[in-house]
Amino acid sequence: MSGAAIEMSAVLALLGVAVLALVLSRREQATAIVYGATLVISVIALGNAAMRLIGDPAGVSDLVLPFGLPWLGAHFHLDALAGFFLVVINLGGAIASLYALGYGRHESAPHRVLPFFPAFLAGMNMVVMAADAFSFLFSWEFMSLVSWALVMSHHREADNARAGYVYLVMASLGTLALLLAFGLLAGPQGAYGFAAIKAGTHDPAISALVLALMLLGAGSKAGLVPLHVWLPLAHPAAPSHVSALMSGVMTKVAVYAFIRVVFDLIGQTSWWMSAVILLLGGITAVLGILQAMLEKDLKRLLAYSTIENIGIIFVGLGLALAFRGSGMGVAAALAFTGALFHVVNHSLFKSLLFMGAGAVLTATGERDMEKLGGLIHRMPQTSLAFLAGCLAISALPPLNGFVSEWLAFQAVLQSPQLPDWGLKILVPAIGGLMALTAALVAATFVKTLGIAFLGRPRSEAAERAKEVDMFSLTALFLLAGLCLIGGILPGLVIDALQPLSQALVGSRLPLQSAEPWLSIAPIAETRSSYDGMLVFVFIAVSAAAAAYLIHRLASRAVRRGPAWGCGFPEYSPVAQYSGASFAQPIRRIFATLVLGASETVTMPPPGDTAPARLTVVVVDPIWTKLYLPVTGAIGWTAERLNRLQFLTIRQYLSLVFGALITLLLVLALWP
Amino acid sequence: MNGLSFDVAHLLAGGLVLISFMMLYQDRLYSLLNIFAMQAVVLALAVAWQAFVQDAPHLYVTALIALVLKAIIIPVALHRTIERLGIHREVETVVGIGLTMLAGIGLVALSLLLMLRVTIGVDALAREDLSFALCVVLLGLLMMVTRRNAVSQIVGFMSLENGLVLAATGAKGMPLVVEISVAFSVLVAFIVIGVFLFRIRERFDTVDVGALHRSRGDSE
Repeated sequence: MSGAAIEMSAVLALLGVAVLALVLSRREQATAIVYGATLVISVIALGNAAMRLIGDPAGVSDLVLPFGLPWLGAHFHLDALAGFFLVVINLGGAIASLYALGYGRHESAPHRVLPFFPAFLAGMNMVVMAADAFSFLFSWEFMSLVSWALVMSHHREADNARAGYVYLVMASLGTLALLLAFGLLAGPQGAYGFAAIKAGTHDPAISALVLALMLLGAGSKAGLVPLHVWLPLAHPAAPSHVSALMSGVMTKVAVYAFIRVVFDLIGQTSWWMSAVILLLGGITAVLGILQAMLEKDLKRLLAYSTIENIGIIFVGLGLALAFRGSGMGVAAALAFTGALFHVVNHSLFKSLLFMGAGAVLTATGERDMEKLGGLIHRMPQTSLAFLAGCLAISALPPLNGFVSEWLAFQAVLQSPQLPDWGLKILVPAIGGLMALTAALVAATFVKTLGIAFLGRPRSEAAERAKEVDMFSLTALFLLAGLCLIGGILPGLVIDALQPLSQALVGSRLPLQSAEPWLSIAPIAETRSSYDGMLVFVFIAVSAAAAAYLIHRLASRAVRRGPAWGCGFPEYSPVAQYSGASFAQPIRRIFATLVLGASETVTMPPPGDTAPARLTVVVVDPIWTKLYLPVTGAIGWTAERLNRLQFLTIRQYLSLVFGALITLLLVLALWP
Repeated sequence: MNGLSFDVAHLLAGGLVLISFMMLYQDRLYSLLNIFAMQAVVLALAVAWQAFVQDAPHLYVTALIALVLKAIIIPVALHRTIERLGIHREVETVVGIGLTMLAGIGLVALSLLLMLRVTIGVDALAREDLSFALCVVLLGLLMMVTRRNAVSQIVGFMSLENGLVLAATGAKGMPLVVEISVAFSVLVAFIVIGVFLFRIRERFDTVDVGALHRSRGDSE
């Protein structure tokens, strides 16, 4: 069987499991059966895709199935790009299934989740495998709808219905944009196969239009600003393992769609297109992380941070496009590799963090960080894994997040050699935005870890928390381990990505496994190099030495006394430093301008013993300035058109008649 | 022979348009039905002539269907319906008859102008046929729009259907299946609307469509 056939069999098997889940879903053992099955199938699909990526990266295996459009059939393929994203999807799917073996037992409505989970995995696999516009759009819409069903699985909870509605509207908008983009690419002769689209030449104006539509279509699924509004609503609403898949993996499917069309199918692009992508990516990164910083809901914070990471990935893609258009092959390969590496990394640590949040949710029933605290004593293993995730997402060496951001910054540093002045000025500015983002990410995750896991419990639920089950912990530590391996052995990942780089930007980085001591040197060793293993060994040795020395020298001299209570005579958990207070300086500096954050202090009149109140309001200006006017306009028009619902039969007939006559008149008078 | 076959086809198709005009100014239901039956007869003749000219025997079946169904069964059935409902009164036209006729003339001009332009290079017989067919269709629609009584709306709809049959047979090589299905769709529409008429009658004691709107709380 060819690689594509094995992948499609896996998809079929997943769909079969979905049907089985529909039958079984009310039974007790359904959870174990369904997630066990998806785990096995995902591992098989993962192995197949990885073999293809490592063993035969240049090969393409095709599969044509006899359904879909009658004259077209359904084309599926497995090339290097698809193989890479299949690895990301199925790795995420396998670990999410493993996690759900434990987490799923706490699900209150399993019959709303079990049938859709395998179908969701199947949908994402199908999108990546699709090799013609029709199968692609079908799979895409299937993925959207199934994920919508998962978002709505707890539909009775407040806000979830609204989240589902906003998601549905945005997903339809995105699919519409993709539909138009493929229509433009196919041209008047209707070449809907990807191979035919690639073989044809496209007018520059058409290319620009397709790029704009792809930014709209793939960008709305990925969460590019200003199309991100649904993401922080919908991702947290789903059960946590699904949130992990949506944030960690489904956004990557959108990135895949963007790469497939913009890098693979369009062909040559002009420089200002990359400028647009760069700008959008930079703004997305900063806005996403600023909103994450101000968020107190743990899962929503993670969703905002997904927006930020998507911004970084798009900056990398924009840089790759800019370098490719300017004929700077190695720099393009560097930026492209950085972006794809970040795709892998983000899928790993975002899944880890969402699953950690799910573990916290299971243990305490709380998503509000201001009601957590002190979990490191009650859930030490979860806390350790969550810490690893926080370090990785904050891009601290020796974990994987550092490597991909380092590659992206190395690419930014290549910008002085760009021939175009506009880009020459823009790229360093974007680099500045990314540096700001990196710092804000670190602050955000210091806040997340510090408020939720350190300190003292802020609620009874947090006080009674217990460590979660073994399946969940295994999944968490598996992800944490992968984050560490990715950081220590980045050369392996970079080398595995080079066939993609060769295929899509036309050049590759030097072979990293040839570098001594596991170090990586993407351009040349004289310019820059990084050795994750060395940093890891150094940190491990110096930390161990420091701990030993402190224990040896200082622990003896321990003096026990009352803790300093910040001047409060009665030290209660409520008086602890809160997430909002941690975020306050950053909120005042950045968010007042960007997010319209405002605070009002209400003082009781003299003599009144009521407490003073500090109210903080943060509004998303994109929602109020962009979305509300649009919804308002649609509502106004709909109200005016409502009259059409109450005409008489004769008036309706007259409308039809009038329309017919008008069309005939136009036809008759057309020159 | 060619000249003669063209002239006869032209005459019959033109006759259909003329009868459509006659229906437009009929303000009595019985006479409207009679004229509709007449149109069906002319249609059957036109189709039969096409069968003869094109040497396509299956078109005779179509002609027969048109004759039996539209010239006999449907008018008789509608006649009995009117009798049972007891609505022999005048047809109320919404727009004045003079204005309707003027609009009809405009429609004929439009469809001739359009069809003759669009079908340049097609065989003259098909050209004439198509433009007359469009005239009949548009006039049928006009009748549906300008009448208020449900029975006359049905008649308008079926005269529209006559135009479609004329167009279908004018084009060479139209398979019989299509025509049979068209005929049956008319029959089904007739039955449905017939049943509907009685329902209206039961509920509102009138077949005036305006009554429906009043019951829905609208004002015409």
